[in-house]
Amino acid sequence: MSLAYYPGCTLKTRARNLEKPAVASMEALGFKLDEVPRWNCCGAVYSLADDDLIHRVAPVRNLIRVKKQGKTELVTLCAFCLNTLKRANLLMKEDVEKRDTLNDFIDEGIDYSGEVKVVHLLEVLRDDIGWEALSQKVKLPLRELKAAPYYGCTLLRPREVAIDDVEDPTILREFLKALGASPVDFPESTRCCGSYQVISSPDDIAEYARPILNSALSHGAEAMVLTCPLCDYNLGQGQKELAKKQSGFREMPLLYFTQLLALALGLGPQVCHFELNHGSPESLLKEKNLLSQSRSVQPIGG
Amino acid sequence: MYVTISPKRSRREFVRKVKELSGQNLQLCYQCGMCSGNCPAASNMDISPRRIIELARLGLDEEIAGSKTVWTCASCLACAVNCPRGFDLSKVMEAIRLLTLRKNIDHIRPEDISPKQRCELPQIAMVSGLRKFTG
Repeated sequence: MSLAYYPGCTLKTRARNLEKPAVASMEALGFKLDEVPRWNCCGAVYSLADDDLIHRVAPVRNLIRVKKQGKTELVTLCAFCLNTLKRANLLMKEDVEKRDTLNDFIDEGIDYSGEVKVVHLLEVLRDDIGWEALSQKVKLPLRELKAAPYYGCTLLRPREVAIDDVEDPTILREFLKALGASPVDFPESTRCCGSYQVISSPDDIAEYARPILNSALSHGAEAMVLTCPLCDYNLGQGQKELAKKQSGFREMPLLYFTQLLALALGLGPQVCHFELNHGSPESLLKEKNLLSQSRSVQPIGG
Repeated sequence: MYVTISPKRSRREFVRKVKELSGQNLQLCYQCGMCSGNCPAASNMDISPRRIIELARLGLDEEIAGSKTVWTCASCLACAVNCPRGFDLSKVMEAIRLLTLRKNIDHIRPEDISPKQRCELPQIAMVSGLRKFTG
């Protein structure tokens, strides 16, 4: 089964370790992630000003190309892209005046009114495949791995584009349980990592990371599970700084959820590109016997 | 922090522009402070998020312009989802940032980002940061 897929800029460069294991895992499950032809940068952040239509052109143009592809659903992996595309889609669906202005401006041959459903890969796993079916495909259960699911902001806020309950999300916890891991809930799992403040105030990033990392560590986590390349960068750099400043501070391996998916499906470490991770997870994974080589998986999708 | 309020000081034009850009009704806020309590950046701000709303609706643009608060906001929307009045402060923060950026006054210069950081940062950091801090 083929799914329209929007990678975004970061997944083709710094965060290949988020994309590669996702593509391999979905293929093993019988789903082809089919890149939207000629996709462009989504703009990374959704403009919050009512009159700022020009910054909505980029995400809407991508959505039009999905429609042209003949698809009704668009799968995203990067939490920033999900948020920007989903909010732009909502605008095209609900605001007739702005939709008309944007359609008049964008010369793609067809009009668009929010027909495409924008989803995150985690939603495909939860809603289309299901946790039970996924757990049956696990070849290498992530037993004894105490992993803290970190959501950050853009998967859950604002409310109208959230992929789960805003205050008590469970999607990553259920995902980890399906893979056989032991999820570690912690109260700061939806607290902001500092986001783009790293550009203007790089020295503050460690202080944004501190309560998040301390909370996960104090609840017994051995690793943190992420969905966003900017969270990965900020928490990774943040904990390096904290280790320098605070004696006894323990750095924690940071992993993308797709890397754990690939490992659990038995696809082996070669698709995970751990060399790009900010908090190196390999010694922990080795200790847990999770770095064995690939095995074959019976696909789910038709 | 003490501010003097009088009809003479109040900038109605500023209030109008903030309302127009943000689409938010500033009078909705009843100053409960939920936004400040939930803001992960509040400790780095000189004026708390709750006070920004109060200053904005009083039209005290000089106090706001001199503050670093709107440039410290990471648009994480913790304020918006926790507001009991359904007020979206992140849109007001953006409106105030834009009132400066649209005068062609940038908050950061791309050349001030260190070459090392430029090499290492994920693209979403560069694009979003430059979108928020430059006009």
